[in-house]
Amino acid sequence: MDSATAVQHTQHSDKHSFDTRIIWRTFWVLTAITVFELFIAILYYETDFLPKHILNGVFIIMTLAKAFFIIAEFMHLRHEIKNMIMVLAVPALLFIWFVIAFMGDGVSYRHLRNRYDRYQYEQSKTPVKKAEKPEAKKPGVE
Amino acid sequence: MAQAVPAGQKWWSGGKSPFHVEYGKLMMWFFLMSDAFTFGALLISYGTIRMSSNAWPNPNEVFKTFPIIGEMPVPLAFVSLMTFILIMSSVTMVLAVGAGHNNDRKAVLKWLFWTIIGGLAFLSCQAWEWTHLHMEGAWWGRNPFMNIDGTQSSSNFTNFFFTITGFHGFHVFSGVIVNIIMFIMTWKGTFERKGHYLMIEKAGLYWHFVDLVWVFVFTCFYLL
Repeated sequence: MDSATAVQHTQHSDKHSFDTRIIWRTFWVLTAITVFELFIAILYYETDFLPKHILNGVFIIMTLAKAFFIIAEFMHLRHEIKNMIMVLAVPALLFIWFVIAFMGDGVSYRHLRNRYDRYQYEQSKTPVKKAEKPEAKKPGVE
Repeated sequence: MAQAVPAGQKWWSGGKSPFHVEYGKLMMWFFLMSDAFTFGALLISYGTIRMSSNAWPNPNEVFKTFPIIGEMPVPLAFVSLMTFILIMSSVTMVLAVGAGHNNDRKAVLKWLFWTIIGGLAFLSCQAWEWTHLHMEGAWWGRNPFMNIDGTQSSSNFTNFFFTITGFHGFHVFSGVIVNIIMFIMTWKGTFERKGHYLMIEKAGLYWHFVDLVWVFVFTCFYLL
C-alpha cells in the first residue's frame, strides 16, 4: 500500500508524461504505418512491383516499429526507470535466437525433404487442375 | 527519457522497489512477458512450418471479402479495419489511464466505455471473418484454398490461422471482460475510495499487449 501511494505521488508530479498530444501523435504514426503497409501490399498484389523478399523485409521492419511505439508510448515503458526497462528488454532478446533458430530449422527441413523425398517434391510442384479443385462448400451449407 | 528521479538514487539498497513501480504493475509486466513468449512460440512454429513448405496460400486471395459489399475483391480491407479498431481502442485505453492519473472518475468511465465498445467491435469483426471463412470451407483440418502457385495446399494454413487468431481473440475477449469489471468498479467508486486508479493501469497494460500481439498476427498472416 505504501509503495502504491508513493508511486502515485511521483506520477502526479510527473503528469506531463501522460501528454494526450503524444498519445494522439503515436496513434497517427501507427495508423500511417498500417495504411502504408496496406498500400504496398495491394500495390504488390496488383503489379508485383518488388520481389516479395524485399517487401517482407519492409513489412517486418514496419511491424517492429509499430511494436516499439505501442510498448514505448501506450504501455508507457519509455517513461519508466532504466531498471524497469532492462528487466523486460533483456529477456526479450531471446526472441532473436528464437526466430533465427526456428526459421533456419524450417528452411533446412524443406531442403532435406525436397532432396530425399522426391515423390513429395514432385507432388508439391504439380498444379491442381481447375476441375479437381476440391468443392469448397460443406454439406448442409448452401 | 526515464522518469524524473533524484540523481544518485540507490535503487538496490532496499526499502523501495528497484523498478520504481508498484508490485502489481511489475507482476503484470512479467505476466505479459510470459504471454509474449507463448504467442511467440505459436507464431514462430507457424513460421517454421511455412518455411518448411514449398508453397503457401496467398493471403491477398484468401482475405479479400468485406461485409455488405460482398464479393467485390478488396484484399485486406476488412482486416485493416480490424487493426484500426484495435489501435483506436488502445488510444481510448491510454486516455482512460491518463484520466485515472487525474482522479477524473467521469473521464475514466467515458474512455473505458469506448474501449469496451472497441473491443466488442473487434470481436464482432473476427466473428464475421471466421464465419465467412467457415462458409468457404475453411476450418481446422480443412483448407479449400490453393497455394499461390496453384498447387495443392495442406491444412497447416488453416490450422495455424484459426489457432492463433482464436487464441488472440480469446485474449481480446478476456480483455473486454477485465475492462467491464474495471468499468463497474469505477462506476461504484471503488477506486475513488482507494484514492488511486492504479488498477486501470494494469488493465491498460493488458489491453495494449493484446493490440501489440495483433500487430504481429496481422503481419504474419495477412502481409507476409
